[in-house]
Amino acid sequence: MNNASINRLAPFVFLAPAAIIMLIALLYPLLYMVYGSFREWDPSQTIGETEFVGFKNYIALLNDPSFHESLGVTLKFAFAVVSIEMLLGVALALLLDRNIRGISILRTMFILPMMIAPVVVGLMWRYMYHPTVGTFNRFLKSMGFEGVDWLGQHALMSIIIADIWQWTPFIFILTLAALQSLPKSTLEAARIDGATGWQQIIYIKIPLMMPVLIVTCLLRLIDAFKVLEVILVMTEGGPGLSTEILALRISRTATEFRELGVAAAMSNYLLILLLIFTLSMIAYNKYVENRAARLRAAKEGDA
Amino acid sequence: MSGATKNYDKQHPGYFALLAALVFMAVGPVALMFVNSFKLDVDILSGTSGLLFLPTIQNYETALCDVLPYELDHLDFCSLKFGGSLINSLVIALISTILTLVIGCMAAYALVRFRFMGRDVVSGGTLMVRMVPPAVLLVPVFGLWNNEFCIDKTSFLGALIRDTFGGRGDVCLAGTHSGIILIYVAMNLPFVIWILQSFIVQVPRQLEEAARIDGAGPYRVFFLIVLPLIKPGLAAAAIFTFRIAWNEYLLASALSDRDTKTVPILIVNNMSEFNIEWGVIMATGMLLAIPPIIFTLFASRQIITGMTAGAVKG
Repeated sequence: MNNASINRLAPFVFLAPAAIIMLIALLYPLLYMVYGSFREWDPSQTIGETEFVGFKNYIALLNDPSFHESLGVTLKFAFAVVSIEMLLGVALALLLDRNIRGISILRTMFILPMMIAPVVVGLMWRYMYHPTVGTFNRFLKSMGFEGVDWLGQHALMSIIIADIWQWTPFIFILTLAALQSLPKSTLEAARIDGATGWQQIIYIKIPLMMPVLIVTCLLRLIDAFKVLEVILVMTEGGPGLSTEILALRISRTATEFRELGVAAAMSNYLLILLLIFTLSMIAYNKYVENRAARLRAAKEGDA
Repeated sequence: MSGATKNYDKQHPGYFALLAALVFMAVGPVALMFVNSFKLDVDILSGTSGLLFLPTIQNYETALCDVLPYELDHLDFCSLKFGGSLINSLVIALISTILTLVIGCMAAYALVRFRFMGRDVVSGGTLMVRMVPPAVLLVPVFGLWNNEFCIDKTSFLGALIRDTFGGRGDVCLAGTHSGIILIYVAMNLPFVIWILQSFIVQVPRQLEEAARIDGAGPYRVFFLIVLPLIKPGLAAAAIFTFRIAWNEYLLASALSDRDTKTVPILIVNNMSEFNIEWGVIMATGMLLAIPPIIFTLFASRQIITGMTAGAVKG
């Protein structure tokens, strides 16, 4: 083979390793899972030995009250954390979007909760929530209040608080970045026209940031369905099923109940749910881009 | 970023109070864990002492008992094999980071320069993969790695591996470092490709064309011209990949056996016991948290670049 043909092959050589790895370790497993979800599948069997049962796993799940509860907990958890985090994160970003000393320290420190292992985050919060030695109850008792049964009666609230601690910074950082890239001239014009701080926020900053806010919100929503380790370490899904989100239920169905087929079917339900969110996000992005392109075209037409 | 201008506006002291409170809230739990990891369990449970206690490294000694060169007086038997899993975690995280970066930046370069697919396809694909929760991969990965991705024990290669490393059945990916590394590389590739793409696009074409006119082939152009120019992107991508491989629990727990356990698995196993030894477990948590803390302190700019690349264009 001569030099020229080796060079012509370059694009394929560059691309091949990534393509091969993603095919065998990502695409194939997903297809394998869809295939397995139609089968009665025990971890000790290879998939060839399993029996085809059609939609039995899917239908069984639809009639399973604990699956319903788990789905309900997941949706409650996801929408609670995303809405509270969006409110807090955007409010903090609007409040702190000014030229003050120390903002970069805050930005640095705010990354910390997101970088640390979820397992360790769960560990820290489990300690702080501990009924007798935990930080919160000790503080409450030293102030003369009753201790709260954090991970018992109020388990769902407690895991929501922990998630808010961990992920509000994500929204804060993205919103702050968006705020700082807003066109200065527009804000300047509004200020000269006498817009108050609130008017600037409601009529200029929020509408201009809307595309970023929506993408951030959807990204966070998708990630909220993936939370698993923090909850596993804090409550192990308990008490009862009160904090057993879908991801946790999938892993328990696979490892404890040893029903891989059912776990695969459940994974597919979760994937379909997430697919709807993701596709709506892509569609929204397309819409925004098209509109921007149309506006640009219209402007050029005017000139 | 306004960091370059040193003239700060004068602000209400309330803002500084808010800033301080936020920093305290973000760092507080980590600091609490740090302090507690130097306390004996007696001190943690009594709780009256607060900050007044005798710091001890006994918890760290207990955690690392299997790699310490000296005998410990307070321990008759080293039950926690933490040192071994720390080494496993390091090996897995480092190798998968390096592999992901090498493979990822080659692919990103090909996608940008040879115009294979549009950027839309890649960013769509990235989003799709980002959407897939690790829990969804659990079932198929468990099945495939244990049953399909195996080398038959009667084949030449299988027999060779079995003679070298021991074992009885077929040689499978599950339970090996490479099995865990493979899934981490696959999980991280789309994100890495996507981030690196946005950096490679900014490399001026003229630079590459000049090199090509001087007689460099595509491989030399890539390694000697492009790679050095996208170092910031590589740093961001490396931190994100390392973080996921280092912190991941679920897939590692499904794929590892006794000898390939990573640190998160060890921590979760010890948390589910009835009597939690808080001091020791916080010491292990602290050891697991050290690399992310270092990244946060020294590479926060790269992390923010990687994070905002996901949502804010530019």
